[in-house]
Amino acid sequence: MYRIVKKVDLAPTIKRFEIEAPLIARKGKPGQFVMIRIDEKGERIPLTLVDASPEKGTITIAALEAGKTTKKLNSMKEGDYLADVAGPLGRPAEIAKYGRVACVGGGVGIACIYPEVRAFKQAGNYVVSILGARTKEMLILKNEIAEFSDEIYVATDDGSEGFHGFVHLLLKKLIDEGKRFDLVVAVGPVPMMKAVAETTKPYKIKTIVSLNPIMIDGTGMCGCCRVEVGGETKFACVDGPEFDAHLVDFDLLMARNRRFIEEERLALEEYNKVCGCKR
Amino acid sequence: MAKISEKKVQMPEQPPEERIKNFKEVPLGYTPEMAMEEAKRCLQCKPRKGKEFPPCVEGCPVNVPIPQFILAIREGRFDDAIRIIKEKNSLPAITGRVCPYENQCEGSCTLGKRQGYEPVGIGRLERFAADYERAKGFTIPPKPQPNGKKVAIIGSGPAGLTAAADLAKKGYDVTVFEALHEAGGVLVYGIPEFRLPKDIVRAEVEYVKSLGVKIQTNVIVGKTITVDELLREFDAVFVSTGAGLPNFMKIPGENLNGIYSANEFLTRLNLMRAYEFPKYDTPIKVGKRVAVIGGGNVAMDCARWARRLGKEVYIVYRRTEAEMPARKEEIERAKEEGVNFMLLTAPVRYIGDEKGWVKQMECIKFELGEPDESGRRKPVPVKGSEFLMDVDTVVVAIGQSPNPLVPQTTPKLKTTKWGTIEVDDELRTSVERVWAGGDIIRGDSTVILAMGDGRKAALSIDKYLSGTDRTWKFGVKG
Ligand SMILES: Cc1cc2nc3c(=O)[nH]c(=O)nc-3n(C[C@H](O)[C@H](O)[C@H](O)COP(=O)(O)OP(=O)(O)OC[C@H]3O[C@@H](n4cnc5c(N)ncnc54)[C@H](O)[C@@H]3O)c2cc1C
Ligand SMILES: Cc1cc2nc3c(=O)[nH]c(=O)nc-3n(C[C@H](O)[C@H](O)[C@H](O)COP(=O)(O)OP(=O)(O)OC[C@H]3O[C@@H](n4cnc5c(N)ncnc54)[C@H](O)[C@@H]3O)c2cc1C
Ligand code: SF4
Ligand code: SF4
Ligand code: FES
Repeated sequence: MYRIVKKVDLAPTIKRFEIEAPLIARKGKPGQFVMIRIDEKGERIPLTLVDASPEKGTITIAALEAGKTTKKLNSMKEGDYLADVAGPLGRPAEIAKYGRVACVGGGVGIACIYPEVRAFKQAGNYVVSILGARTKEMLILKNEIAEFSDEIYVATDDGSEGFHGFVHLLLKKLIDEGKRFDLVVAVGPVPMMKAVAETTKPYKIKTIVSLNPIMIDGTGMCGCCRVEVGGETKFACVDGPEFDAHLVDFDLLMARNRRFIEEERLALEEYNKVCGCKR
Repeated sequence: MAKISEKKVQMPEQPPEERIKNFKEVPLGYTPEMAMEEAKRCLQCKPRKGKEFPPCVEGCPVNVPIPQFILAIREGRFDDAIRIIKEKNSLPAITGRVCPYENQCEGSCTLGKRQGYEPVGIGRLERFAADYERAKGFTIPPKPQPNGKKVAIIGSGPAGLTAAADLAKKGYDVTVFEALHEAGGVLVYGIPEFRLPKDIVRAEVEYVKSLGVKIQTNVIVGKTITVDELLREFDAVFVSTGAGLPNFMKIPGENLNGIYSANEFLTRLNLMRAYEFPKYDTPIKVGKRVAVIGGGNVAMDCARWARRLGKEVYIVYRRTEAEMPARKEEIERAKEEGVNFMLLTAPVRYIGDEKGWVKQMECIKFELGEPDESGRRKPVPVKGSEFLMDVDTVVVAIGQSPNPLVPQTTPKLKTTKWGTIEVDDELRTSVERVWAGGDIIRGDSTVILAMGDGRKAALSIDKYLSGTDRTWKFGVKG
């Protein structure tokens, strides 16, 4: 059992949790993730490691309410226990000195990119963070990210803060204004990562994305997380989750992520009935 | 002596039309009367000239003292029966259900060699004795004096559980590290409920814990902790991580929606209990026409699961039934349950609809040619025999490879070209104080061989840790 030590509301549907998991805390690196299961009847879902503190023996994760499991997770309180947390899984991000690095985060992906922003900065890069959210309310961790960024930009879909429009358009604007990048790293919803990949491709800027296919074990045992990269099948949980954005088949990923859409809707409806928290 | 009946005493079982509507075990087990009756059929053979054991015992990979335990059952001494079995086999409730006994103990039984006679039902009797013991409640042996030495076991399948129990009984402080959230390995995530009820596996795991073994789930060795780190804290490490890596055919369209590896299909159903969705959160989606590719136990398990979900099911296999690696009994059960067999056939590509779901599969026909290295006749494709078949779910069950994580993160650990860990005849690896056994050294294998490896490794570990000779003899005989 894994205790929730701290819970913070980052946005109306995004919560951050600090969880006691000493073994994982010792090992977790930026770019890696954990598999969690809330209780006996729960499913296993992957969540990115937002932080890991070997001293405190805790890890930090952040979840956006997407369906039953993340909704249930976000309703949990400090002092509650998760049945299972396993990790750290996946390959760590390749942190090195590249020069000028753009870190692009969309939605809850901002939380996922936070450890990389910090790591790239600490590795001596000039870090430009570009954050995208639906509205100002959903924009998270701006101050934390600013602390490790040389420049920071914000885009919102409704224009309530910063650039009015999608985050990849902001990235394109910055490039066209003459900002040079040696590496772009993007984490967020699949359509956003796809758009970022298409944006940087003509400029030949090396771009890394963190893929989020459906997973079960997260250890390479089931093949549920198959993605195609450069025409080859990869298991995102062991070969990734980070891949060269210009080689990823995003359409396949989107189709595969819709596999259980009806079941997910049913699970959420049933859950809403029990928890009485209709939304 | 009364005349011996030709047939085994029948074991009651759920009829096919009923069992495909539930997820419960198919054979229901013997009553004490049935077991004692069946035990009477045993001839109590002596070893043949030049052999150490009677034929049935020769046929059992771990040499269970079969005539002795059968005699005990015949005389109603069930406690003795289970004690005798457990001298050699720590998981009889499981092997009594899933051992390929028709090729092993029962396949060598003297009675079975007689014209018109079935062999003694050794598997059933083993199962009976084990179920008898479990119903009564396991007797926990008195705790041995702790010897102050610590052993780490990686993986909680039959190999790991057996080694853990044996070492704990000798006074070692044993910790099992398991990647998943539940202990049992293939026994919990692979073999279906209707063949091996999970309560039985859980009871075995509880027994192992009652011996003082600690089981730490959610620890992925290689990720959460490395073998080198374990070696600092533990006196010995036993690697029993199994062969869990799913193989695919690498043909076009294999990543379409609706195409599962057998591992994904079985893990969703068994470990995550998707058959109880939405009571359990993990879903599974199975269409109307299911093709299962392959001819082993794993393929039969997937096909039989799909029947229980009410689907039209085809086993698609590129050789003939005679070459199928699955147990005869499982093939028969699959047929009784209405699974269709398409033999000498294999898919060459999958065709999807506009939303990315598989809707058809192109197959090619095969004929049998010359025998290959394995002695089985090699299937050769028939030119121009391609045809299309409508399917909306495919399960690829063409085998598993050894789990690469531990070797990848333990550079000094020698592996073979198949990815299995290299061991000597005492299961020592190329790294001092590290042993390995089960599917990780054998590739796809069996529960009983994995169990046997666990036992053998425990003996070797004990010899090394208690002995005065501490030199590592990997590769040196004896
Ligand atoms: C490596 C990785 C890291 C991730 N990191 C984060 C993170 O830090 N924060 C965050 O909020 N989300 C993260 N996700 C996505 C998160 O796992 C899904 O949102 C979550 O599983 C949805 O579960 P649900 O029951 O709430 O929603 P559901 O209703 O089940 O599903 C909503 C959508 O989420 C996806 N999904 C469903 N089940 C799974 C599953 N078992 N595994 C993965 N995706 C699934 C599907 O695309 C689905 O359509 C990550 C995914 C991956 C693969
Ligand atoms: C569907 C199916 C049906 C089968 N049917 C039969 C049958 O009828 N009869 C028969 O005799 N055999 C059968 N087998 C084969 C049999 O189950 C295996 O040979 C046996 O389970 C191997 O045991 P093991 O202990 O070596 O490994 P496994 O049972 O595979 O257990 C290995 C364990 O190690 C864990 N692990 C892996 N990597 C790590 C890591 N890095 N860190 C921590 N833990 C790790 C895994 O999660 C797993 O729990 C079947 C197999 C399958 C898949
Ligand atoms: S372990 Fe298997 S082979 Fe040995 S006696 Fe039991 S059923 Fe037969
Ligand atoms: S070979 Fe058959 S008949 Fe003979 S002792 Fe063994 S089980 Fe009994
Ligand atoms: S999630 Fe099972 S192999 Fe990646």
